[in-house]
Amino acid sequence: MFRDIWQTFTGFLHSFGAMCLFFLRLLQYTPSVLVKRFPLVAYQVYNAGALSLVVIMISGLFVGGVLGLLAYSSLEQFNAEDTTGIFAGLGLIKGIGPVITALLFAGRAGTALTSEIGLMKATDQLSAMEMMAVDPLRYVAVPRFLGGVVALPLLTAIFTAIGLLGAHLVAVEQLGVDVGSYWQQLQNILDMEDVSEGISKSVVFGIIASLVAVWEGYNSKPTAEGVGRATTRTVVVTSIAVLFFNYMITAIYL
Amino acid sequence: MLRALWYHLISPIRRSSPLPDNLIEIRDVDYSRGARSIFSNLNMTIAEGQVTAIMGPSGTGKTTLLQLITRQLRPDAGQVIVAGDDIAEFNISELYQMRQRFGMLFQNGALLTDMSVFENVAFPLREHTDLSESLIRNVVLMKLHAVGLRGAAYMMPSELSGGMARRVALARAIVMDPAVLIYDEPFVGLDPISMGVIATLIRQLNDALDITSIVVSHDVHEIGEVADYSYVIADGLVAAEGRPEDLKNQSSELVRQFMLGLADGPVAFHYDAPDYATQLLGEQPDQ
Repeated sequence: MFRDIWQTFTGFLHSFGAMCLFFLRLLQYTPSVLVKRFPLVAYQVYNAGALSLVVIMISGLFVGGVLGLLAYSSLEQFNAEDTTGIFAGLGLIKGIGPVITALLFAGRAGTALTSEIGLMKATDQLSAMEMMAVDPLRYVAVPRFLGGVVALPLLTAIFTAIGLLGAHLVAVEQLGVDVGSYWQQLQNILDMEDVSEGISKSVVFGIIASLVAVWEGYNSKPTAEGVGRATTRTVVVTSIAVLFFNYMITAIYL
Repeated sequence: MLRALWYHLISPIRRSSPLPDNLIEIRDVDYSRGARSIFSNLNMTIAEGQVTAIMGPSGTGKTTLLQLITRQLRPDAGQVIVAGDDIAEFNISELYQMRQRFGMLFQNGALLTDMSVFENVAFPLREHTDLSESLIRNVVLMKLHAVGLRGAAYMMPSELSGGMARRVALARAIVMDPAVLIYDEPFVGLDPISMGVIATLIRQLNDALDITSIVVSHDVHEIGEVADYSYVIADGLVAAEGRPEDLKNQSSELVRQFMLGLADGPVAFHYDAPDYATQLLGEQPDQ
């Protein structure tokens, strides 16, 4: 049993190390890809970002609505319902917005990236590129990685904005919180550190979600089962990593 | 290091080249996958300007051999020499320069599925040349015309039949005017008409473009029509070599079985298994 545990541990270290090296290679190629293949990067921002927009906006509206509802029902007991905006706003900007956006991104765009790259591998498209003297890391992996890194912070901003609107609709329009108090209280309490925490998280989560998606696709077994497993791993690994780093960044900012 | 390679591959007067006529040499190559030995002390030469066929039963490592020749894989021991240079010593830049002079037709075509037929064929030109758009258009249409698919230029790969996809991949493989064309199982899964078309194209392209062709196949009849020289590999070694018509007269039982398509012989019909009656009547469940 100890041998199994040890083998699992060393296997994890091996995979983690390989992923870190892969990440360094992506970073190494990033400047040249941005210069020479900018249209590919722009297309991947559209692919990962714009196509995830609807699910992000709908989710943001409902998550904001729930936050408004919970905040109001809790604060009402202390006659502090005018501070609903603070509760909903800080929650969305500092924590829930980046986390839920990253989880939704992993489910929508991350899985699409993994399966796309995995299928390209299974159908020899990556090998064909190598044989045409085109590095698939630069042509396929880096643009998709950068697309995700750029798209996720933008999606997080949209998710948070729509979430605030959702909380406003529930708290102000439905439950009768004063509209001036809702926004004024949030404006008074919110400072740049809160915003930078949210931005930091979204950037880190963007890197994690994109890296995991591209890595899993690139290293998937070139079979139907292999691509399926890689797609599942993308969601699982991204979710755990996002929640772990959410805790770490929150602790750093406290 | 690449001087000899460039001279050999690009020189328009290759026939008068002082370099040896063997463009590719495989010397004492060993290659294993896990505990299973694929090649053991394999030796082979690919002559310049000829169509060389590499044949053998399924699972003997024909595709692996192509991957060794193009350094998609590295041998455990031995050398793969291309135009006088050991390709194991190439850095990534030199390797990619070499690959620009190679064209490869994959078993399933390996077309980029998010691009049209035209863009697939134009892809190497866009990546490696600064040709104007009008020139790229003309070159692509010429290559598609050569494989008979100029009319399919704006179709997507998903709209093509297997044979058409293979021909588009062939157009892409020749678009950079390679010195070496490699075909990995070009006849698999094709109807007789498509097989005939591909076989004709292999021969015509080799002669018209004055290139060297390597064809991996186990289709004895079709390959016999187009190959100048053939190797049969089995058990990690070259089991026989020669002109296709000579191979049929080989004394080796294994080569005869392969060339004549006999169901049983040195390559047994039955995979290793326990005694039939014992297994059927035994009480232990099969593992």
